Amino acid sequence: MQTPAPVDYAKATSIADALAKLQAHGEEARVVAGGHSLLPMMKLRLARPDALIDINDIPELVGIKVVGSEIVVGAMTRHREILSSDILSEHYPIFREAERVIADPIVRNRGTIGGSMCQADPAADMSAVGSALRGNAVVVGPSGTRTVPLREFHQGPYETVVQYGEILTELRYPIRPGAGSAYEKVERRAGDWGVATAGVFVVVSGGVVTDCGIGLAAVGADHYCSPQGEASLMGKEPTEDNLRAAAAATAASCSPNADQRGPVDYKVHLAEELTLRALRRAVRSSQGA
Amino acid sequence: MQVTITINGVEQSRDVEPRMLLVHFIRDELGMRGTHWGCDTSNCGACTVTVDGDTVKSCTMLAVQANGKAVGTVEGLAQGGELDPVQKGFMECHGLQCGYCTPGMMLQARWMLDHNPHPTEEEIREGISGNICRCTGYKNIVAAIQYAAENPATSEVPA
Ligand SMILES: Cc1cc2nc3c(=O)[nH]c(=O)nc-3n(C[C@H](O)[C@H](O)[C@H](O)COP(=O)(O)OP(=O)(O)OC[C@H]3O[C@@H](n4cnc5c(N)ncnc54)[C@H](O)[C@@H]3O)c2cc1C
Ligand code: FES
Ligand code: FES
Repeated sequence: MQTPAPVDYAKATSIADALAKLQAHGEEARVVAGGHSLLPMMKLRLARPDALIDINDIPELVGIKVVGSEIVVGAMTRHREILSSDILSEHYPIFREAERVIADPIVRNRGTIGGSMCQADPAADMSAVGSALRGNAVVVGPSGTRTVPLREFHQGPYETVVQYGEILTELRYPIRPGAGSAYEKVERRAGDWGVATAGVFVVVSGGVVTDCGIGLAAVGADHYCSPQGEASLMGKEPTEDNLRAAAAATAASCSPNADQRGPVDYKVHLAEELTLRALRRAVRSSQGA
Repeated sequence: MQVTITINGVEQSRDVEPRMLLVHFIRDELGMRGTHWGCDTSNCGACTVTVDGDTVKSCTMLAVQANGKAVGTVEGLAQGGELDPVQKGFMECHGLQCGYCTPGMMLQARWMLDHNPHPTEEEIREGISGNICRCTGYKNIVAAIQYAAENPATSEVPA
C-alpha cells in the first residue's frame, strides 16, 4: 500500500490567502493543484513536503477567456475544460488535439494546466503546446507579479522559474489571425505519456510562411521547442520539400534519452515524422483548405 | 483534521490524518467496500468515485480535499430500490467476470452517459480508457453501456 508521509494541510480561499499560507508554512510547503503528479510522487517519497496548500476551489484561478489579443487560461483550469473549450478550439485546435491524448477522461477531470506546467515533466503535452505558441506565464509571489515567456519557464526536467512562496496564476497565448495549428503524438497505449510528440502553429500569408512555432515533448528539445526548425521555415513557401527540411532541422535539434518508451534513433525519427505531419495539417488549415 | 463528507447523500464526519487518501477513507473509515482499490497509481480506475458530480480516481485525492463535498460511490448507483440502467446493462450483457473493475467502470459509464446520452462505440471506448479490465476484453462492457444508453431509467427524459 502506498500512502504519503505525514503532512500538514491547509485550504486556500484566494490567491492572496495561498501566498500567505505558503509564507506561514515555510520553504517545505507545496501547493497542490490536481494532485495527479504530486500525490503519486509523495507516495513514492520522491516528494516530501511538510505542508500542502490546496489551491482547488479558488475561483480566480479558473477559466478561459479572451483579453485583448490574448487567450488567458487560469492555472487551475482542468484538462477537461481545455479539451472542451470553444474559445481554444476556434483559435488553436492544437489544444483540443493535445488534450484528447493526455491521460484519460478521469485524470483529465482532475489534472490542471498549471500543475502540468509546474511539474515540468519532459513529456508534458501542455508544455510543448505552450512553447509552440510562445505563450507567457504569470507568476505571483510575495514581491509582486511577473510575466515569464513560456520558452524561459522551464529550467530543466522537473524544474521551473517558480520559486518557493510563488504560484503560477495564469497562462497567456497570443491570438494570431489566420494561424493553423496541429498536434501529433505517438503513445504506447491509450492514456500513456508520449514516446514523442510535436505541436505546431503556422501562419501562411501571400504564399509564404510569415510566422510559425514548433513545440515538442519527450524528445529532449530545449524548452520544448525548436528554433532551428522554425528558422528553416520562416519566409519560405510551404511546399512539401520545405516542410520536410524544417522537420529534419527540428529532429536534428532534439536530443532524446533512451528509456522504456524507446531508443534514441526511434524518438528522433518520430520527432521528424510527427513534426512533418503537424506542419502539413497546420499549413492546410492556415490556407483555409 | 475533522472532515465532513456527504457520501451518497449521507453526511459522515471523521477525524483523519491529512495524508489519508479518499479511497482509504471510504473503505477503511466508513467500511464501504464497494469502491475497489487496485493499482494505487491512478492508472486502473478501480477506485473511481464521483466528487461533486465528476469522476475522480480516489487513490489520487486526499480525504481532506473532499471536505464539504458530495461523494458518490457504487453503493449509491441504485435509486429507490431500482438498479441504475448501467447496472442492468452489466447484468444483461455479462459485463463482468471477476468484478474487480466493475464499480469504477459503472461509475465512469454513468458519468459518461450523463454527459453524452447516445455515445458511439468509439466514444464509449474512449470514455472508459482510464478503467482497466483484465478479464472481459471490454467487448461486453461496451455492450453493457450501449444497453444502458438504449434503456434509460423511466425518469430520464429520452433525447
Ligand atoms: C495516469 C496518468 C497519465 C498521465 N498522462 C499524461 C500525458 O499523457 N500527458 C501529460 O502531459 N500529462 C499526463 N499526466 C499528468 C497530468 O497532466 C497531471 O495533471 C499534471 O502533470 C499535473 O497536474 P496537477 O494539476 O495534477 O498538478 P499537481 O500534481 O497538483 O502539482 C504538480 C506540481 O506542480 C506544483 N504546482 C501545481 N500547480 C501550481 C501552481 N498554480 N503554482 C505553482 N506550483 C504549482 C505542485 O506544487 C507540484 O509540485 C498523467 C497523469 C496520470 C496520473
Ligand atoms: S487504484 Fe486508483 S486508479 Fe488504480
Ligand atoms: S471483470 Fe475482472 S477486471 Fe474487469
